[in-house]
Amino acid sequence: MLEIKNLHAEIDGKQILNGLSLSVNAGEVHAIMGPNGAGKSTLAYVLGGRPGYEVTGGSVTFAGEDLLDLDPHERAAAGLFLGFQYPVEIPGVSNVQFLREALNAQRQAREEEPLSGGEFLKHAKEQAALLKLDMEMLKRQVNVGFSGGEKKRAEMVQMGILDPKLAVLDETDSGLDIDALKTVGNGINAIMRKPDKGVLLITHYQRLLDYVKPDFVHILSQGRIVKTGDADLSQRLEAEGYDAVMAEAA
Amino acid sequence: MSEAIILPTRKDEAWRYSNTDALSGMDLGTFDQWHDIDVAEGETFRDTIVIADEGDAVSDATELRRLRINVRKNATCEIFGVIASGRLGRVEMVVLVEEGGHFEFGGVTLGGRDTTREFVTRIAHDHPNATSNQVVRGVHWGQGTGNFLGRIDVARDAQKVDAKQDFKGLLLEKGASVNSVPQLEIYADDVKCAHGATVGQLDEQARYYMAARGLPPETARKLLVRAFLGDAFVALEDEEESERLMDVALGKLDKHL
Repeated sequence: MLEIKNLHAEIDGKQILNGLSLSVNAGEVHAIMGPNGAGKSTLAYVLGGRPGYEVTGGSVTFAGEDLLDLDPHERAAAGLFLGFQYPVEIPGVSNVQFLREALNAQRQAREEEPLSGGEFLKHAKEQAALLKLDMEMLKRQVNVGFSGGEKKRAEMVQMGILDPKLAVLDETDSGLDIDALKTVGNGINAIMRKPDKGVLLITHYQRLLDYVKPDFVHILSQGRIVKTGDADLSQRLEAEGYDAVMAEAA
Repeated sequence: MSEAIILPTRKDEAWRYSNTDALSGMDLGTFDQWHDIDVAEGETFRDTIVIADEGDAVSDATELRRLRINVRKNATCEIFGVIASGRLGRVEMVVLVEEGGHFEFGGVTLGGRDTTREFVTRIAHDHPNATSNQVVRGVHWGQGTGNFLGRIDVARDAQKVDAKQDFKGLLLEKGASVNSVPQLEIYADDVKCAHGATVGQLDEQARYYMAARGLPPETARKLLVRAFLGDAFVALEDEEESERLMDVALGKLDKHL
């Protein structure tokens, strides 16, 4: 589904990714862990095509297409969802309006019929309920006045509504209390734990992985993956710290 | 018949950011054509002004509209407008608000190329306990200019007047400009007068966020511009009319971006 080969990328002339390779197959959940500054968020933004992040080498294939050749909105239509670490506020635009336009733009790009207002609301309600987000919140302006936890839950409702093939979730667990963490974890499982979907979970901590069990755990350091293991690896990291586990890898 | 009319120049305060070249060749009689609105005591009146292209045609004709408005005791007058055509499109309003009266204005200017679109208002609060609220939004691109010159005079006896004006400009391209000139002359001591003006560009973070959810750039821009302009029509309770004005504005955006 996603094939990253020898990816190099820089921001403002500073090299951040140094030959990162990774493949995610349908039905798999991968966790990427790593210390601050390892390049975790950069990886997410490079995959999402954020302006300012320049790919200087390597390739990324997504669902058979050259991902790096697509504009950000085309990547979304191809089935990529980027969960933001800091979801953006959009004053004056309601969630419902925003997401309906977004979903129908994606559907149009895939030559599917647009959803009517009624169909969309029904679909949105189901996803909001899954994340225990009050439907009233979706009628409000995008992320405006939302708490940190509400923003992250709203982000997952967006994911449920857009129903992507691959979700790249950048520290979706940050800013969540224990109950919200469980809700978000269950939401990710319900939406993305399917044979035809893949997940790339970027996180600092083990705690989200208690709810969303990864099939693979990768340690990212200095812009490349230095160690790959199963779910046990994240528990060892939690117990022993990055330095100890990485020293072993070196 | 009026006296000889001398065309204004940019030395005139009320024409400082205008395009006075666009006045040459104009029918001078236009300067004498005042549209009078008199809102009787206790009544509420609403009107909309639209200066926009018809269909796909692009009009370069200069359009000048002058309104003289009397808002009588405890009356309310609401004016909402869009200026989106003409090499120069200009709406002037001279408003007198009597005791307990309210004047509400929501205006939007849009334009690219080398066009100038402007609202020039002058509100005389000669009487106490009256209020006024003006919200103007300008979206410009190319070498386009949008102006809002808002003068408010509060007379010595006009206590408890509450007069607000708020302008925001959104520049979609380098080369476009907006000018806002709030001019407040206050001679009463117990009044509230607030004015605000900001100029900015589209929020790049919001644009990327919207793209990441699958919105093509032009759709994202339209949603953001709609949200930006929406402030000017918040006070317009007739939703159908509000949508109509918004459609005129966004239609302009579609054609010239």
